[in-house]
Amino acid sequence: MNSTVTTAEETNVWGGGNQPLGASYGKLMMWFFLVSDALTFSGFLAAYGFSRFKFIETWPIADEVFTHVPFFHGNYPMIYVAFMTFILIMSSVTMVLAVDAGHKMKKNAVIWYMFATIIGGAIFVGSQAWEWGTFIKGDHGALETKGGRILQFVKADSGERAALRDFAVTIPGERVAHERKNGIWFFDEGELPTYSLNEVIEGFKADPNILIRTELINEEGEKTLLDRKASLAKLADATMVVEGANLIRNEYGSRLFADFFFFITGFHGFHVFSGVVINIIIFFNVILGTYERRGHYEMVEKIGLYWHFVDLVWVFVFTFFYLV
Amino acid sequence: MAHGHKLEIFRGLVKFKSNTQKIWGVLAFLTLITAVEVVLGIIKPVSLTDTYFLGMKLINWIFIILTLVKAYYIAWDFMHLRDEKASLRRAIVWTPIFLIIYLVFILLVEADYIYNVYKDGFVSWNF
Repeated sequence: MNSTVTTAEETNVWGGGNQPLGASYGKLMMWFFLVSDALTFSGFLAAYGFSRFKFIETWPIADEVFTHVPFFHGNYPMIYVAFMTFILIMSSVTMVLAVDAGHKMKKNAVIWYMFATIIGGAIFVGSQAWEWGTFIKGDHGALETKGGRILQFVKADSGERAALRDFAVTIPGERVAHERKNGIWFFDEGELPTYSLNEVIEGFKADPNILIRTELINEEGEKTLLDRKASLAKLADATMVVEGANLIRNEYGSRLFADFFFFITGFHGFHVFSGVVINIIIFFNVILGTYERRGHYEMVEKIGLYWHFVDLVWVFVFTFFYLV
Repeated sequence: MAHGHKLEIFRGLVKFKSNTQKIWGVLAFLTLITAVEVVLGIIKPVSLTDTYFLGMKLINWIFIILTLVKAYYIAWDFMHLRDEKASLRRAIVWTPIFLIIYLVFILLVEADYIYNVYKDGFVSWNF
């Protein structure tokens, strides 16, 4: 507000103790860190935008991927993520209230608001863990073609997504996963999918109600549905069964989609996690009266800045990963 | 912060009596915006998804603008940039904004070019 330097201070400008920006060293360094961290996150999100624009016609539609709510069956796109967003904003509010109470030196109010903030952060991290679990486990399953593209299945009569378990047949005598205890000890293979490629193909041929959906997005903004004849022809390109997601392939579509999901929400979740840890440390410091003795609650304000920043980043992740 | 809080938001349209009240007011506003975003995201009105503005769907412009509005209020009221000196505020805000616009512009233009190479060039990748 008032940036005029009086003459008396002018003689002492280099003598130390000046705060030209009106903020303490600790607060400035926190802002320094937050600006650089903001650039890291923008790097991630810009890279996501790059990959998405590169595959603009085939990128997965987030509404169709994140449709689950814990304890409820059915199709609820966006609802759970909106809930997570609200939780994080809410814990931001209790954090500001803690900072505000700190300015008024109300120790007990700071304790309770910090406690509420920690609970909010824990709920958010837990929700994210659940979301990761659901994403990794997958729901419907899909086939991968020679070119690494994903083929998904749809029921022709209802237009709903069909899961592999809905139509795949069981063929006896299929091979089982090789384990170390059988044969060469240093040779091991990852999990076999629930159904082999052959079982899916035979099941598909036997059930005329199933159609193939490709990654390509049509003019209505929906994934292209092939008719029965084209579906059968496309089936010849399939090379393997994909269930759920890992860092190499995922059943939702473009391989990069899952990678960015893991990296961006993972990096953000790690920030929330460390925020909760730092909040807990400061929470105990408040209880022990450290800041009461110090005469000010600036430490609460500094962790508050970090906590709001995490909320700020989530607002962008929410938009660019789930909405747009 | 020793120099007190500024209690008006919306350019002085709404003025709160205390800082605590302002916090709850901002929360209500942010919740409202999030609700609008989610409802738009679920309904996806055809009038917004079919209209393009500068090469992007109108609905996506709305999402991005609402996000920036939310970011503004989080930074200004929760991170109390509103109460900081203008010099500090500008240093914090404009540095990343400039760098991010620069990065996003370069990456998206380049990505669009690669998309065209995949589409029109002699590259077969969707098989």
